[in-house]
Amino acid sequence: MNEPLLDVEAVTHRYGTRTALNSVSFQVARGEIFALLGPNGGGKTTLFRILSTLVAPSEGRVHMFGYDVVLQQGEIRRRIGVVFQAPSLDRKLTVSENLRHQGHLYNLHGHDLQKRMDELLERFGMADRRNDLVETLSGGQRRRVELAKGLLHKPQVLLLDEPSTGLDPRVRRELSDYLERLRDEDGMTILLTTHLMEEADRCGRLAILDRGKLVALSTPQELKDQIGGDVISVDAKQPQVLAEQISKRFGMEARVLDGNVRIERNNGHKFITELVEAFPGQIEAISIHKPTLEDVFIRMTGHRFDGEET
Amino acid sequence: MSNTERNYFLLPSLTLFWREMVRFFRQRDRVVGALATPIVFWLLLGFGLGKSFKTPGAPEGHGYLEYFYAGTLVMILLFTAIFSTISVIEDRREGFLQAVLVAPVGRFAIVLGKILGGTALAFVQGLIFLALTPFVGLSLNAESILWIIGVMFLLSFALTGLGFLIAWRMESTQGFHAIMNLFLIPLWLLSGAVFPATGAPAILRWVMNCNPVTYGVSAIRQGLYWNLTLPAAGMPSRTVNLFVTILFAIAMFVLSLAAAQRTTRGDLQ
Repeated sequence: MNEPLLDVEAVTHRYGTRTALNSVSFQVARGEIFALLGPNGGGKTTLFRILSTLVAPSEGRVHMFGYDVVLQQGEIRRRIGVVFQAPSLDRKLTVSENLRHQGHLYNLHGHDLQKRMDELLERFGMADRRNDLVETLSGGQRRRVELAKGLLHKPQVLLLDEPSTGLDPRVRRELSDYLERLRDEDGMTILLTTHLMEEADRCGRLAILDRGKLVALSTPQELKDQIGGDVISVDAKQPQVLAEQISKRFGMEARVLDGNVRIERNNGHKFITELVEAFPGQIEAISIHKPTLEDVFIRMTGHRFDGEET
Repeated sequence: MSNTERNYFLLPSLTLFWREMVRFFRQRDRVVGALATPIVFWLLLGFGLGKSFKTPGAPEGHGYLEYFYAGTLVMILLFTAIFSTISVIEDRREGFLQAVLVAPVGRFAIVLGKILGGTALAFVQGLIFLALTPFVGLSLNAESILWIIGVMFLLSFALTGLGFLIAWRMESTQGFHAIMNLFLIPLWLLSGAVFPATGAPAILRWVMNCNPVTYGVSAIRQGLYWNLTLPAAGMPSRTVNLFVTILFAIAMFVLSLAAAQRTTRGDLQ
């Protein structure tokens, strides 16, 4: 990685006595799509606020484009586009009025602004709705206008807080296509927070945050590869007893989670047979799957990822 | 201030100002609430109390409708200021404000744009009400109109600043309504808008003297009776009234600016 675009060094943040972020460090390079994955309350929103210059970290340093996020706010603000989780559009204004207002905040005006607005409205398929009040738009349409709003001043980095929350799967897919196009066509760097595994899975690299700590940092594939092989989940009457017996007999780690015994193992399909034969009568049901990010999370933290929306 | 810095100040301020206007006039109920409500109060109390109210030492025919006129004008300014600053809370709750806070815009520009927006709205509503003076039997000359307009502007600015100062730290509009009922309305009641200080108990008189709004109301009344020596005794001079009102406006702006420099809890939700 050459000169990183974003450099987070040992950032700690406290709200009163509660530590929301505990010595988090990572770097993001230009052109990456980077996800901050974590359950709600994991610290990703706090980190997002720090990166978007809303909050200064209690300790540690953050540099973006080489500028200090606390001391050189202005330089950073001009170069980042921020899309918040809460809608930031004024519902009483039309789509165009919202964009024009945003443009003026970034000192864009006149012909340049108009051209940029037309370009973005066209790109996001909202050109025919430009004179409609935002309150008449659907959720998906509002998201697109939010995105257009964040991109108006041609930022080099786009920060998105939980961009998929409240969107149906089709719109989610659409959004991630847009983001990929932004990176490929405009060379933009994208950083988003999410509590959705499938969304994080589509990102180039991710940082997993749990209880304010960075527990994993890599590409989705590498993280899943760390698990090695398959994940076997056994439904047993006495999971604790079974887990101990499995550990003893096969010399491997077997842990109990939510009343199930979990084992990570190569060639899991073969091992299942051995397992069922070894413990007749103790196993109620058994399942096997390829590792997911959820498995990575469980392995790193020892508990289930409970921020998942159903 | 370099050229780019100035641009990052002017245009953002203007656009925030413009947005206040558009929003206000798109929400008809707000226009009605801030202008019609005081007028209804004025007419009901004015005709209801009518001649049974008598300003000490006032000439014949100086009824309550006339006395309450200046008070109603200030009520219109206050209500419009309140309605426009409540939007600060809505903006924060709905998320609009976040986008403004991460833009490369200083807090000075944000506060100024927002307060000037509310000021302009209050001011325009006040002007509409000012057109009713002939119906109260008051005749104004150019000088007195200029004076009233000037005072109205300062007072609108001060009251919007006060509203902003309160609204910035509020997390709910309900909280703002509580403050409005317990603080802002009494502030207006005890400004000589509704009754003169002369007949009030000493403690209330003292509060009224400390209330900066009193001087604004008094200044407007002086504008309405430009060439007359005012019957209501104990009224401060024009210079004092103007001076206090200017100070009030400056203080509210400075305090609002100071409040906006700090991160509030509402930003962290």
